[in-house]
Amino acid sequence: MSTVALGNYEFAPKDVRQNFPAPLLYIGWEDHLLFCAPVCLPLPGETPFGALTGEVLPGVYGAHPDFARIDWSQVLWFKSGQPWQPDSTKSLQENGIGHKDVIRFRTPGLTGIGGSLS
Amino acid sequence: MDTRVSKKKLGLKDRYTAMTRGLHWDTTYQPMDKVFPYDTYEGIKIHDWDKWEDPFRLTMEAYWKYQGEKEKKLYAVIDAFAQNNGQLGISDARYVNALKLFIQGVTPLEYYAHRGFAHVGRQFTGAGARVAAQMQSVDELRHYQTETHAISHYNKYFNGMHHTSHWFDRVWYLSVPKSFFEDAYSSGPFEFLTAVSFSFEYVLTNLLFVPFMSGAAHNGDMSTVTFGFSAQSDESRHMTLGIECIKFMLEQDPDNLPIIQRWMDKWFWRGYRLLTLVAMMQDYMLPKRVMSWKEAWEMYAEGSGGALFKDLARYGIREPKGWKDACEGKDHISHQAWNTFYNYNAAAPFHTWVPDDEELAWLTEKYPETFDSLYRPRLQYLREQQAIGKRFYNNTLPMLCTTCQIPMCFTEPGDATKIAYRETEHLGDKYHFCSDHCKDIFAHEPEKYVQSWLPVHQIYQGNCFKPGTDPSQAGFDPLAAVMDYYEVKVGEDNFDFEGSQDQKNFNEWRGDDGLGEDE
Amino acid sequence: MSNVFIAFQSNEDSRPIIEAILADNPHAVSVHSPGLIKIDAPDELCIKRATIEEIIGRRYDLQEIHVSLVTLSGYIDEDDDQFTLSWKH
Repeated sequence: MSTVALGNYEFAPKDVRQNFPAPLLYIGWEDHLLFCAPVCLPLPGETPFGALTGEVLPGVYGAHPDFARIDWSQVLWFKSGQPWQPDSTKSLQENGIGHKDVIRFRTPGLTGIGGSLS
Repeated sequence: MDTRVSKKKLGLKDRYTAMTRGLHWDTTYQPMDKVFPYDTYEGIKIHDWDKWEDPFRLTMEAYWKYQGEKEKKLYAVIDAFAQNNGQLGISDARYVNALKLFIQGVTPLEYYAHRGFAHVGRQFTGAGARVAAQMQSVDELRHYQTETHAISHYNKYFNGMHHTSHWFDRVWYLSVPKSFFEDAYSSGPFEFLTAVSFSFEYVLTNLLFVPFMSGAAHNGDMSTVTFGFSAQSDESRHMTLGIECIKFMLEQDPDNLPIIQRWMDKWFWRGYRLLTLVAMMQDYMLPKRVMSWKEAWEMYAEGSGGALFKDLARYGIREPKGWKDACEGKDHISHQAWNTFYNYNAAAPFHTWVPDDEELAWLTEKYPETFDSLYRPRLQYLREQQAIGKRFYNNTLPMLCTTCQIPMCFTEPGDATKIAYRETEHLGDKYHFCSDHCKDIFAHEPEKYVQSWLPVHQIYQGNCFKPGTDPSQAGFDPLAAVMDYYEVKVGEDNFDFEGSQDQKNFNEWRGDDGLGEDE
Repeated sequence: MSNVFIAFQSNEDSRPIIEAILADNPHAVSVHSPGLIKIDAPDELCIKRATIEEIIGRRYDLQEIHVSLVTLSGYIDEDDDQFTLSWKH
């Protein structure tokens, strides 16, 4: 389907990979709606997945009382909504993560503020 | 009474016809379609412009005369409000944040509407439609001016209103109204009327105006109320233009139906998403509350809208595709939006706060099925955190929907515990959306939305710093640099209402005891 | 059968208009809220210049109602002598 226009209607997409210093990754923590929405971060493809969980996510989600209780061995991961098993020893890129991918994680048993999923 | 000796003159309908049709001509030196190049490219077929029924008939003389009188009366009220220090009569200073949202996010749209109607007022081949659009263009400029004038009084006393034109082009949440209107006015003239005159100014208008104006009335802001009444009478003409345009297009050619239906689907949804800001204002920002967003939606959308689409069914029009999801959202979007601004208040030039116990009780009463299970626990938690000096601010930028540009705070229809994620691929890149309907809008015109200026992405591209900023410098603080680019006064315009200059000043002026109070 | 309505600011200018409407439209019902008077009528509502002139004792241009008008619902049919709202198109 194409935009109906007078003449040629074609413009460079604003958010292609080369416009950013690093690929964008979207991350959401299921059942923790205290954080109003998933977040967006530019993360170099060489970042080890373990550094994501060990260094990046604490800065993003550490304020939540549930965060300190996360057992990372029990966490369920999803990529584009589908179950996914990342290898924490490999990089984001080696795990198949590309520009503007979206991943989510669920922490079984941790159900937010007073169990309200916030 | 003396017998009137009336001079022979044209009747109203004839005067109006003389001004519009009588001053029109079909060009011969240049072909009509060269003089009016935008009139047919959208695929809307018009066979007979004579069938256009003027929605109202104000000649220029009548227009200037009566609008001029309205202006004099309105400005007299604004002046009296200023002279009497009317700002001291508002319920409490938190109310002013509703006005900040209005002047930042709504008033600029009046100016965009002025531009948009000026454009279509030149482009229709039908003289009646041109004149109606031109008059609306003048009305919209009037609204921009009168809103600015009315709210400028508050700007003398409160923060968050002093730089709105600059903010509109830069600040993250203002890309929501900005992109909405730029989508409309970069469309063709018939789509523009369907988007603005019909979908926004007919179907959804009461959901914008009534919350703000009755909110103003209940919170002691008679200046804004008077502006509201004064503008609404212009709006009544705008509404009639909207419905006339739709019926005219539908009656001209059955081939127009699928185009119009698609536009209605798109613009109902885009308008609904834009109204998220109003929903939040209505449920959270009015110290003296009027009705809930849910109640307003039931009255003005489900009630009036329902009747409207029944009426249009005889043309083959059905209710907009997103109607059911919009109705489902009435229990949730205000709470989701408030949480978004609470999260990101460090970057927004108005204040947020946790509602007090009386307000929480009102919310429980208005949202009996959802508030206590889903939203109250986190608000109480946020209050507790604030009390121990740990007021929560989200320090990571959010994911935005490519179409509506709102942070992805909306949940699955039917399950308010799950954020709704939708995605698609276009020419090798991924795009993300908050809903099926934003995704469908993208799918139909991807060439438009790949151009979305998404604030979060633009920040990461380095486009939201002042010239000369060096991100590679040691100790670089990206948030501070962005706030500098925004020209938001950190510590004055932003952060929580508790402890703000607005709060301190207002308490002093009113002679209230300056300790943080619960009202 | 659907209602049409018209709403005016509550002030001295609109007072004779409201009176005229209620006199000429027996099925019309008026409701007051802060600063506003709203009149609902089933199917049709007609404002007549002659009735207003009777009430105020001077010549009246029917388009003067725009100064106090707030909002309305229905299709407009107007000339120099009457302003009618209805759902007839």
